[in-house]
Amino acid sequence: MRLELGLVLIKDVQFSDTTKLENGVLTVNKEELIKLISEDEHLASVEVDIAKPGESVRITPVKDVVEPRVKVEGPGGIFPGILSKVDIVGSGKTNVLKGMTVMTTGKIVGFQEGIIDMKGPGADFTPFSKTINLVLKCAPVEGLKQHDHEKAVRFAGFKAAAYLAETAKSLTPDTVEVFQTDPFLEGIKKYPNLPKVAYVQMLQTQGLLHDTYVYGVDAKQIVPTILYPTEIMDGAIVSGNCVSACDKNTSYHQMNNPAVHDLYAAHGKTLNFVGTIITNENVYLADKERSSNWTAKLAEYFGLDGVIISQEGFGNPDTDLIMNTRKIEEKGIKTVIITDEYAGRDGASQSLADAHPSANAVVTGGNANEIIHLPKLDKVIGTLDYIDIIAGGFGGSLNEDGSITVELQAITGATNEIGFNKMSAKGY
Amino acid sequence: MGKIRIVHYINQFFAGIGGEEMAHIKPEVREEKIGPGLALEAGFKGEAEIVATVICGDSYFGENMEEAKVEVLDLIKKYNPDLVIAGPAFNAGRYGVAAGGVAEAVQQELGIPAITGMYIENPGADMYKKSVYIVETKNSAAGMKDAVDKIVPLALKLVKGEEIGSPAEEHYHARGIRKNYFTDKRGSARAVDMLIKKLNNEPFETEFPMPDFDKVDPNPAVKDITKAKIAIVTSGGIVPHGNPDHIESSSAQRYGKYDIEGVMDLVEGEWETAHGGHDPIYANQDADRVIPVDVLRDLEKEGKIGSLHRYFYSTVGNGTAVSNSKKFAEEFSKELVADGVNAVILTST
Repeated sequence: MRLELGLVLIKDVQFSDTTKLENGVLTVNKEELIKLISEDEHLASVEVDIAKPGESVRITPVKDVVEPRVKVEGPGGIFPGILSKVDIVGSGKTNVLKGMTVMTTGKIVGFQEGIIDMKGPGADFTPFSKTINLVLKCAPVEGLKQHDHEKAVRFAGFKAAAYLAETAKSLTPDTVEVFQTDPFLEGIKKYPNLPKVAYVQMLQTQGLLHDTYVYGVDAKQIVPTILYPTEIMDGAIVSGNCVSACDKNTSYHQMNNPAVHDLYAAHGKTLNFVGTIITNENVYLADKERSSNWTAKLAEYFGLDGVIISQEGFGNPDTDLIMNTRKIEEKGIKTVIITDEYAGRDGASQSLADAHPSANAVVTGGNANEIIHLPKLDKVIGTLDYIDIIAGGFGGSLNEDGSITVELQAITGATNEIGFNKMSAKGY
Repeated sequence: MGKIRIVHYINQFFAGIGGEEMAHIKPEVREEKIGPGLALEAGFKGEAEIVATVICGDSYFGENMEEAKVEVLDLIKKYNPDLVIAGPAFNAGRYGVAAGGVAEAVQQELGIPAITGMYIENPGADMYKKSVYIVETKNSAAGMKDAVDKIVPLALKLVKGEEIGSPAEEHYHARGIRKNYFTDKRGSARAVDMLIKKLNNEPFETEFPMPDFDKVDPNPAVKDITKAKIAIVTSGGIVPHGNPDHIESSSAQRYGKYDIEGVMDLVEGEWETAHGGHDPIYANQDADRVIPVDVLRDLEKEGKIGSLHRYFYSTVGNGTAVSNSKKFAEEFSKELVADGVNAVILTST
C-alpha cells in the first residue's frame, strides 16, 4: 500500500467572503462554516475564532484537535466510517493543510478537557501553540445528555476539517512525502536481513471522553487487529477522548502518529517496519487479558523480532501496558514502550500503577503531576469557568489575577505517549 | 561569606576510641577535626572548616535511636554550623543507619543542609536516600579519598543552594525523584533508537527503570462477620452532590468523610462522583455501583454483617500520587480503629 501525502503549507488563516486556499493563505467564510456545523440539531450555537502562534490567547476547555486533509486520488475518503464510506484508506494521494488545525471547545462535557496557550510558558508544552488554530466553540442544546454532547462536538470538528480541506483538493502540494508498506510476505522478502518490527498502538477505550474510533467502530468493541500504517494518515483512527488532556491522543495526533513516521524513517535501513497492531484499553479484566493475549498472538504469528508499544492514558491502562509488554516479551519478541508518569507533584511517588521487569526499555513523556504557573493571557477562547475542576486543576487553580496554577496534565498533549514531544523525565 | 562551618558526625571506630567493645558510648563532642575529618577538611581547600566533631557509638545510636538523635542534635546546634557531614560510613551497616538518621534529622529539625556517603549495599543507603543526599562510596575506608572528592563539590552546592545535577553527574544514590526536562529528540525517535539497540544486543538506557512495588499482604479473614462493624473506603470519588470538599477530579490532594446515618440507598442527585478518570454517568445515576451502601444495608438488616459504619471515606484515585494515598489512609485509619471498625471494604473504579 502506497500513499503520497501532499503537504500544502498554510501561512495564514483569515476570515473572508469565500472559503478558498491561495498561495498558502486559507480564507474562511465564517457564516457558511457556522451554517454547516449548526445543521446538527444537538448544537444550540457555534462560534468560530482563529488563534495564531505567539498571540496572547488561551483556548480552553479543548476537546479535540483535527488536521484538515482531503483525498485526492485512491479509494475511500478521509475519516472512513465517520464522514466517508468504509473503503480501506491509506493509498493513493492525500493532501494536507499543514500548519493549521481545527480545534473544538465550549461547555465542558466531563472533567477532562485541556488548556492550550499560544504564548508563554504553557506554550512550550503543547504542539498546538505552533499551529494556526481555527477554533469552534460549540454550545449544546439545553438538556443534552453528555454522550450526545460529546458526539456532536466531535463531529463538528471532523466536518469543519473536511470542509476546509476541500479547498486543497486540486492544489499542487508544496512537498510530497511517500509512505509504502508491502503486503506481509513481499515485505519480509524485501529486507531479509533486517529485524521485523511492528508498532503496537494501544487505544484509549474507557467510556465517555475516553473512547477512540477505528473506521467508525468504537474501539471498545474490537479485538486487536492489524492496519497498514498509512491507513491512519487518512483518519482511520480518530479521538473521542481528552481525559486527562496531557496524554490523550487528539485526532491530529492520530493522523500524524510520530511512532509510525519514525518507524518509516528507519524502514529499509535499520529495521523492516511491517505494520501496525492496534489494541484497546478496556476497563474489565477479561477484556484486558483477551486483548493482551491477542496482541502477543499477532506479534508471534507475524514472526516479529521487535515492537514499539505506545500507551494512551495512565493508571488503569498501565495494567494493559504491562500485560502487553510481558506477554510479547514472553514470546521472545523485544519491546520498547512509550508511557508517561504520575510521580506526584514532588516527583517522589511511584510513576506507574503497574510494573514488570520485562519492561526494561521505556521512553517517558514526563511527569504529568508537575505544577506549572500560566500567566494571564489577553484573550480566552472558550471559558475559564472550569479551570478548577478539569483534570490537573484543583480548588484555587484559577487565581484572582487571571493566572492559572495547574498540573501539566491539564495541558493538551503535554506528556503525549505516542512520542510526539521532546519532554522526558530523569531520576534524581 | 567567611569559612563554611561544618560539624562532622562520626562513630567510635573512626574517632579512634575503639571497635565493637566501645560501640556503646554516648554522644560526645570535641572541638576539633578527627580521623576522616582531616581528609574532609583538606578537600575543601580552605573554603570550609570543621568546627566540631560529634561522636556516638553505633550500638548506642541503634538501640536508642530517638534519644540519641535528640542528644546528637543538641550537640550539633550549639555550633551553629552551615553544614553537617555524617560519615562517610562506607559499608558499615549500623554506622550507615546512624549517619543517615543524623543527616535526615539535621535537615528536618535544624533546617541545616546535611550530607553523608555510603556503599550501595549499606542498609542506611536504602533507608535514607530519599530524604538526604548520600554520596556513593567504595565499600571500605580505603575509598576515603574517592569519597572526599565526591562529597566536597556536592556539599558546597548544598550550602550555596545551587542546583543539584543528576545522580550520575553528582555521584549520589538516586533518590527516586522524577523531574521533567526537554531532550533533543521526540519520544518516538528515542523509542526507535532504543529498539534498534535492543534488537542488536547493544547497551541501551531506559528512561524509567521499573520500580519495586509495595506489596501489601491481605489481613486474615474476619472471624465473625455477623458481628463486625464494616466501613467503606473508596478511591472512586463518591461525594455528596456538589462535591463540598472540592476533591480534585485528578491528582487528589484531599479526601472526604461523609455521614450515611439513615441512608439506605445512594440516589441520583444526592450523591455523585468527583472522579475524572472514568465515565461518570453510571456512577452518578447510582453511586451504590461504586460503594454498595444499599446492599450493605440489606445485609445489616438480615444480620449477615454486624453493622455499617456511620461514615465512609472517599477520595479520587485518578492520577493521585501513592504518597498522598498513604497520607490519607494513615489519618483516617486511626479514626476507623478508634471508632471500633473491624473491617473495611475498599472499592476503586
